[in-house]
Amino acid sequence: MPLVFIGIPLLAVILLNLGPRHWISKQAAFYTALVVAVLQMAFAVYVGLAVRGGSVSNIRFIEKLSIDLFSAVALFTIGLIALVSLLVSKDSLNNSKFSFFNLILLIITGMNGVVMVTDVFSLYVFVEAVSAASFVLIAINKQSGELEGAFKYYMLSAIATILMLSGIGLLFLCAGGTSFEAVSACVLAQSGQLSVGLIAAFILFTAGLLVKSGVVPFHTWVPDAYSAAPAPVSVLLSGIVTKISGVYVLIRVFRDVFLNNPAVGNVLFALGLLSVIIGALAAIGQDDLKRMLAYSSISQIGYIMLGVATGSPLGFIGAVFHFFNHATFKSLLFVDAAAIETQTGTRSMAHMGGLAKWMPVTGVSSIVAFLSTAGIPPLSGFWSKLLIVIAVWQVSAQLAIVALAASIFTLTYFLIMQKKVFFGNPTEETAQVQESGKEIVIAEVLLTAINVITGLLFPFLLIYLHSIGML
Amino acid sequence: MNLTILLILLIGLVVSAVVCAMLSDLLKAAIALAITSAILSVIMFILGAPLAAVFELSVCAGMITVVFISACSMNRNRTKEEHAQRQKERNKRFIMLPAILFALTAILVMILRPYINDIAPALNTTGGGNVQMALWGDRQVDLLGQIVIILTGVYGVIVFFKEKEADSK
Repeated sequence: MPLVFIGIPLLAVILLNLGPRHWISKQAAFYTALVVAVLQMAFAVYVGLAVRGGSVSNIRFIEKLSIDLFSAVALFTIGLIALVSLLVSKDSLNNSKFSFFNLILLIITGMNGVVMVTDVFSLYVFVEAVSAASFVLIAINKQSGELEGAFKYYMLSAIATILMLSGIGLLFLCAGGTSFEAVSACVLAQSGQLSVGLIAAFILFTAGLLVKSGVVPFHTWVPDAYSAAPAPVSVLLSGIVTKISGVYVLIRVFRDVFLNNPAVGNVLFALGLLSVIIGALAAIGQDDLKRMLAYSSISQIGYIMLGVATGSPLGFIGAVFHFFNHATFKSLLFVDAAAIETQTGTRSMAHMGGLAKWMPVTGVSSIVAFLSTAGIPPLSGFWSKLLIVIAVWQVSAQLAIVALAASIFTLTYFLIMQKKVFFGNPTEETAQVQESGKEIVIAEVLLTAINVITGLLFPFLLIYLHSIGML
Repeated sequence: MNLTILLILLIGLVVSAVVCAMLSDLLKAAIALAITSAILSVIMFILGAPLAAVFELSVCAGMITVVFISACSMNRNRTKEEHAQRQKERNKRFIMLPAILFALTAILVMILRPYINDIAPALNTTGGGNVQMALWGDRQVDLLGQIVIILTGVYGVIVFFKEKEADSK
C-alpha cells in the first residue's frame, strides 16, 4: 500500500508527459491531478481504518516504508490540500500552467515519501525533493517578488540542508545506521544521559527542520515566500508543505527516534512558545493580508510544537489534530485571500472594506476560519487547542496561561482583519466586486464544512481514541 | 605528516571557496569551485573514503563544472569597465568574509576542543555500522526520492527557461 501513495502520482506525471507535445490538454491535466488527490484521500481513509482494525498500530508493507495512524492523517491532509490548491489554480494562476500540474504531482509524491519513510537519510532525500518542487512552484510566474521569495526560501533551505546532513552524519556515527530503529536503539541505550555526539546530532538535525518549519527564530523566509507565491502555491505551502517537511518530520523524529527525550522536549517547548508569541504579535501589525496570514501560521505552528514537546499522549493527539485543523483553516484563509486578491487586485487591507456584501461566501468562510484559528467552540481549532493547553498545563500551568493569552492576540489580529476587509465602507477597489469563480467557492465551502463538521464530531473522535487506548 | 598535509589542504579548500564567492567573473568562479571540489576529493581519499572521493571528483569537479562553463559561454561577456566595477563592488561586499570565517573557526575550535572526540565519535559498529551498506546497500527507497528530484529539476528548467522563451515569442 505505501507504494501506491508514491506510484500513483508518479504514474500520473508519466501519463501527462508520455505522448507527443500537447497530447493532453491543460483541462485534462487539471482533472488528472484532481483525481490523484481524491484517490489519495480515499486510500488514506482506507489505510487509516485498516490501522484501526488491526491490533498493531503499524502496517509495514516493505521494509523501509510504513504507515501508522499519524501517517494516515498526514496522507489524507496532503490529498485534501492538494485538491484545494488545484481548485484555486483554476481561477488564479496564469492560465493554469501545464508545468504546475506536473509539479504539484511531484510535490505530492515527495510529501508522501516523507510521511512513510523510516530512515533519517531517506527522510532527508524526500524533504529535499519537496523543497526543490517548492522553489519552482513559488516562482512559477517568474515575477520579481516571486523570484525573491523563492530565492530566500532556497538560500535558507540550503543552510537547513547542511545542518540536517551534518546531524545525520553524527547520528550514523553514534548509532551505526540511519534507520529509525538503529538510532532509537542507540538513544535508548543512553536514556539516562545522552552523549555529546547525540546531543550535537539532535541540535543540528532539529535546527535544519526548524528552518523548514518556519519556527521562530528561523521564520524570516515565511512571510516573503507565502506572500510572494501565487495563490494556489500559498495554499499548498502554508496548508501542507511546511507542515510535512518541517513539523511532521520533527514530530516523527522526536517520537520515533529521540523517544520523547525530556531534554529535547524542553528545547521544543521554548521554541514553540517563542513562535506562538512572536508570530501573533507580528501578525497584528501587518497590512498585507497574506503576510498577516503567514505570521499567523508561525504562531499556530508554535502550538503544534508545544503539544509535541509535552511528550504526553494527550499533547501528541492535540498536536496531530492541530496539524490537520491548521491545514484546513489556514488553507481556507489563504483561499479567501486568493479570492479577494483576484477580485480587488490588491492584498493591502487598508484598501479594502465592505467585502462581505459583495462576497458573502468568502465573508462567511473567513469568519468560520478565523474563529477556528482563535480556538472558539465548537469549531475544530477549539478542540485541538484545548487538548494542547491541557497537556501543557500538566507540565506547567504558567506556560499554559501564556499559550492561552496568545490566543487573545490571535483573536485581535483576526478581528482587525475582519473589520478592515469585510465590514465598513467599500473603497474604490472593493466597490461592486463579485464572488470569485465557482472552483474557489467550492474550495471555500468544502473547507468551511470540514472545519464545522470536524468540530462537531470531535467529542466522538476523542471517545473513540480513548476506547482504542490512544488516550 | 598526514596531519600537516591535511591542514594545508583544508586551508587551500577554504581559500578556493572564498575566492569562488568573491570573484565576479562567472567563468573564473566556476573554475575556483572545481578546484575546491578537487581539493575536497583529495581530502576524502586521505580520510579513507575513496567512493565519495571518486564521486566528488567526477560529478562536482567534473560534470557540474562543464555545465557551469557551458551556461557561462551562452551569456554575453561584460565589458572591461562593467567587469571592473562589479569586481570592485564585490570586493567591498566580501572584504570581511575571510576575517569572519577565520574568527568563527577560531572561536568554534576553542569552544569545542574538549568535546571534539565526543561530538564525532568513532563509527559504532555494534549496530551493524557499515558505511558501504549505509550509503549503497540500504538506499532502494531513496531512488524514488531521487526520481522526484530529477523530474522536478526538469520542470524547473522548463518553467524558468523554456516557458520564458515562449513568453518572449
